[in-house]
Amino acid sequence: MSNEVLLEVRDLVKDFGGLRAVNKCSLSVKRGTITGLIGPNGAGKTTLFNLITGFYKPDSGRVIFRGEDITGLPPHRVFHKGLCRTFQIPREFKQMTVLENLMLVPAGQRGENLFYSWFLPRLVRLQEAEIREKALAVLEFVNLIHLKDEYAGNLSGGQKKLLELARTLMADPEMVLLDEPGAGINPTLMKQLVANIERLCYERGITFFLIEHDMNLVMNLCNPVIVMSNGEKLAEGTPQEIQRDKRVLEAYLGSQYRAVMTE
Amino acid sequence: MELMRLIVAVTFGVLGGWLFSFFGRSVPTRLGSAIVGALLMGVTMGFAPREWMAYLLTPTITACMYAILTLGLNIQWGLTGLFNIGVAAFFAVGAFTSALITKPMPTGLAAEYIKQLFGLNLPFLAGALGAAAICAVIALPIGLLTLRLREDYLAIATIGIAESLKLVFQNERWLANGPQPLPGIPKPLICLVDDPPCAWLPGFVKELLAPLDSRDYSAILLVLLVLSLMGIFWLLQRVTQSPWGRVLRAIREDEGAAAMCGKNVFAFKLQAFVLGACVMGVGGALFTASVSTIDFGLFHPMNYTFMIWVMLMAGGSGNHKGAVFGAFAIWAIWTGTTFLSDALVPFQFKTQVFYVRYLLVGVLLIAILLFRPQGILPEEKGQS
Repeated sequence: MSNEVLLEVRDLVKDFGGLRAVNKCSLSVKRGTITGLIGPNGAGKTTLFNLITGFYKPDSGRVIFRGEDITGLPPHRVFHKGLCRTFQIPREFKQMTVLENLMLVPAGQRGENLFYSWFLPRLVRLQEAEIREKALAVLEFVNLIHLKDEYAGNLSGGQKKLLELARTLMADPEMVLLDEPGAGINPTLMKQLVANIERLCYERGITFFLIEHDMNLVMNLCNPVIVMSNGEKLAEGTPQEIQRDKRVLEAYLGSQYRAVMTE
Repeated sequence: MELMRLIVAVTFGVLGGWLFSFFGRSVPTRLGSAIVGALLMGVTMGFAPREWMAYLLTPTITACMYAILTLGLNIQWGLTGLFNIGVAAFFAVGAFTSALITKPMPTGLAAEYIKQLFGLNLPFLAGALGAAAICAVIALPIGLLTLRLREDYLAIATIGIAESLKLVFQNERWLANGPQPLPGIPKPLICLVDDPPCAWLPGFVKELLAPLDSRDYSAILLVLLVLSLMGIFWLLQRVTQSPWGRVLRAIREDEGAAAMCGKNVFAFKLQAFVLGACVMGVGGALFTASVSTIDFGLFHPMNYTFMIWVMLMAGGSGNHKGAVFGAFAIWAIWTGTTFLSDALVPFQFKTQVFYVRYLLVGVLLIAILLFRPQGILPEEKGQS
């Protein structure tokens, strides 16, 4: 694990009317880590992800990825910088097959240009064959290969989560933001998901930054863990440190538990 | 068999085979279906009494034109989810552009009565390409302004712009004779039925076409429309089944997710909007081929926007085959009900019949949306 900072967020602010969802939040994610982001509901975690990936424009503050300022870039440009994400509620392309969902993703597809599709179809077909191979390999990796010709809309909730992960893999990203990858997934699928994330991190060097409410998953998978509360960073540390951190327990459980904890 | 009937029968056979080939899941069933369709329509036209043949020709020509407009809308709505209810405007722009490119500038006394911006007197192909180009030029700024809107607002914006464009044609006399009709649009390839035929044809073709006289022109028009429709269908099908079409469908399904897959959503929407408009423009150009006079009043949204929408919804939004089939099916119902109303409605209600047909089309649309929202030929799975 290197000490290189891959993603840095500086004093990020986002207001929704009178509600300050993200309040001067600063944090950083090191290359090669699986960093967890936890916090009570409404802490601003998903908003932070939306700010990083360009879905929202911050009111102030900076987002720096690989040393480059990417603040306020539109999502498709953020993607081309090597930063992918999944969504809390899966956003698969319902009326497209699982295979098409994956084949859509790779950048630099010649066939996305009308001229190539009309006049140089052979070049497009060659590239399509490569992309197809890759998509099949990724589907093999996430164990969805038997569903490749199924409409994505017909998958189960957990399978959609895997599909979203698979989609990010098609992009060969530097870093993946996962928004609650474990929500609604059964324990078997969960084990598979954890194994997949670890393999991708250790074998392919992809950095993960993930929001999760399932503490078992966070404590097993993530190091370090960052805690957000009320739109700002509350604490950061190893899972063990976080588990012992009083401020964290208070943020989650309320101050009435202070007595219990200090016992 | 006389030459005109032969041309018509063969063209109908091709058209029937093509339309029927849309049905069936495997190659053999499609082939079988196509043969049945080709025989059915070809033989009917080959042996039908002459007045029947004449009666079927015009609606078929019109249906081909409608099918082209529906294909244009299918690119915008069916693939990309762009709620364009300004189809009639692009149709009108295409028609007027093609008319001005193909007809000469009026001279002498006619110049007093017919005002037009220009008259290039060029062949029809130039008219059709020009129509597509001008539609693109007009669609581009409209798209730049409106495509960032959410779909319902896009619908409001497009219908507003369409009505404004219609008013431009209505009021600006210098442009294309304003409130007066624009007459004298040349018929494409009319020289094929002249005596002697076009000078540029090789000798043996001239001899072959010699038996045709000017009454047989509708056969030429039929061939032109059917070939144009099939050509446009092929061009569109090709890009729809390519990665380009895949991106459009992803945008239709979920814009945000498509953006997060690195696609420049706005750029693709703009391309789809402009390409759809070009196709509608070519539809307009082909419309001028079948009429010699056009005026702004023809381009009513009822006939050329909402009708197109009904055709697309009925046929199968997202499937070019559905778009074509829907256009033919709805047009058959529309023209078929003219017969019915003549036969069934007491004569004192004859004037209302016109509106009852609109009512019927509305009811049909609601029924489709309730009972078969995916259309007769739903979008095909895994196209790309």
